[in-house]
Amino acid sequence: MTSTSPTQKSEAHVAPQADHGDPARTWLGRIAEGRAWLFLAGLIICFEVWSRLSFGATFVLNPFNVQSIAIFAVAPLLLATGQTFVIISGGIDLSLGFIMGLAAVVAAHATNMAGAAIPLPLAMLAGILAAVLVAGVPGIINGLLISRLRIPPFIGTLGMFGVARGAAYLLAGGTTVPVQNSWFALLGNGKFHGVPYLVMITAIFVVVMHYILSQTRFGQHNYAIGANVQAARRAGIDIRGHILRLYVLSAMCAGLGGALYAARFTAGAAQAGEPLLLDSVAAVVIGGASLFGGSGTIFGTVAGALVIAVIQYGLVFVNVEPFWQFIAVGLVIIISVLIDQAQRRFSGARQDE
Amino acid sequence: MNSSDQTTPLLEVRHLSKHFGAVQALNDFSMAVRPGEVVALAGDNGAGKTTLIKAISGVFQPTAGEILLRGQPVTFATPQEAREKGIETIYQDLALADNLSIGANIFLGREPTRKAFGFLPVLDRKAMAVAAKQTMGRLDFHVSRLDAPVSNFSGGQRQAVAIGRAVYWDAQILIMDEPTAALGVPEQRKVISLIHQLKAQGRGVIFISHNLQDIFAVSDRIVVLRRGVQAGERKISETNHDEVVKLMVGG
Repeated sequence: MTSTSPTQKSEAHVAPQADHGDPARTWLGRIAEGRAWLFLAGLIICFEVWSRLSFGATFVLNPFNVQSIAIFAVAPLLLATGQTFVIISGGIDLSLGFIMGLAAVVAAHATNMAGAAIPLPLAMLAGILAAVLVAGVPGIINGLLISRLRIPPFIGTLGMFGVARGAAYLLAGGTTVPVQNSWFALLGNGKFHGVPYLVMITAIFVVVMHYILSQTRFGQHNYAIGANVQAARRAGIDIRGHILRLYVLSAMCAGLGGALYAARFTAGAAQAGEPLLLDSVAAVVIGGASLFGGSGTIFGTVAGALVIAVIQYGLVFVNVEPFWQFIAVGLVIIISVLIDQAQRRFSGARQDE
Repeated sequence: MNSSDQTTPLLEVRHLSKHFGAVQALNDFSMAVRPGEVVALAGDNGAGKTTLIKAISGVFQPTAGEILLRGQPVTFATPQEAREKGIETIYQDLALADNLSIGANIFLGREPTRKAFGFLPVLDRKAMAVAAKQTMGRLDFHVSRLDAPVSNFSGGQRQAVAIGRAVYWDAQILIMDEPTAALGVPEQRKVISLIHQLKAQGRGVIFISHNLQDIFAVSDRIVVLRRGVQAGERKISETNHDEVVKLMVGG
């Protein structure tokens, strides 16, 4: 019998040592993480060259273009910040587009109604507040469906997509609801030193959301749940409560998006966010999040939203038929997922599939 | 129970039974774990090992019998209660969030925060990293890249992180379910050496394994389960593979 007795002899050199990381791997990982910003830089250079060759005019150095792109990116980015949280948790929120539409209609109605009773600036704030709060209601329902009744996020929010859509059209009476409030119009179209108010509000909002995701326990738990929900549960995290708050947060992002839409167009429309839902998912994915959950950042999503906005605006600017936008954005999505997978395989992380 | 060791056991299980309907998963089972002792739990599949550890870690309520911690009878309604009393189970699938750092995993669900600019609560990553480094250092696991996600580490290293979490939160009893099963041979040796560290720190370890080689390398005693009853208990120094196998299969 050659049974080993529990001697202490060889402990020291069999003790586990951390691998100190392959620098090349770390470096490649960084590039893959920042790929959305590289895409963005590449795109801007492409359009700059194209624009100079075809028209002898600058693309990116023209402040009007930069402003337009920024405004273009506002609404999809607002949806995409909420979507980033949801996708990191391993879920998806398909109802955001029509929650935004619902919020736009509510903002228009509420601003008009409040404007009859209280001063216009207060009425504007009341309208925005109403939009965000009403948007929270479908968020609560989404959260309860997913956390308590264990409906898959895809299905639960797809149902809410329909419900919010119908509610928005009913509330709007099937038409667009004009806003009579000069302050609201100023908020949507005014500028301060060349920076549109909408862009400023969005920038502040994005920074706050970045803080929540990267610096708070809520954000940390969100990553943990996306990576391994069992581990999160065993660690004592309240998964149900977290999921509920998560979908309320994402719906409220869409609510703010809807309110700002109503400000920009001085009207609320049920279809406000219809084309933006898939753009929001695309922005998150281009920004480096994995649809399997557990990874992604807000600033990645910002880059993703800007990539989409630059493609859409840039192609119009260089006079390409607008339908090419869809093809270009689609290709960017596919390429960025391919890069993501290649990077995962390379870094040796385990695949879930 | 004829152990010569006179210290109060950290954990003692007396006459524990667990029935699932008519099925007797565990029947009148008794054992004890003393400080700094590694007790191996062996038995064929379905012998009742999992039922036993689930009863000890608060997943199941035993049908009869009692559990004593340092001589005091305890009952656990949930695994959280057992954990708060210092009984930590290290599962086979590790229960780590792969995308987070070692520190974030150690503090998962109990993250420390600090005030940035005097008012804004933010995660105290520095404190987490420092605690991670110290804790892993106690396990002779020296990490330089404290910000790397644990998915970058090998199976044995990840096992060490799971153990590190238990150690940081001051678990006195660690139940390890097949900790070496999914690992290569060098990694298995690392885990064995980790268990030696835990033992040296005076913790109690219940070590479940199919691998007799590992059991003989690390345990002080072995308790063999067969069809829910205790088939035998031996000091490792006084037994051998053949005898243990006979106990397991009922020779």
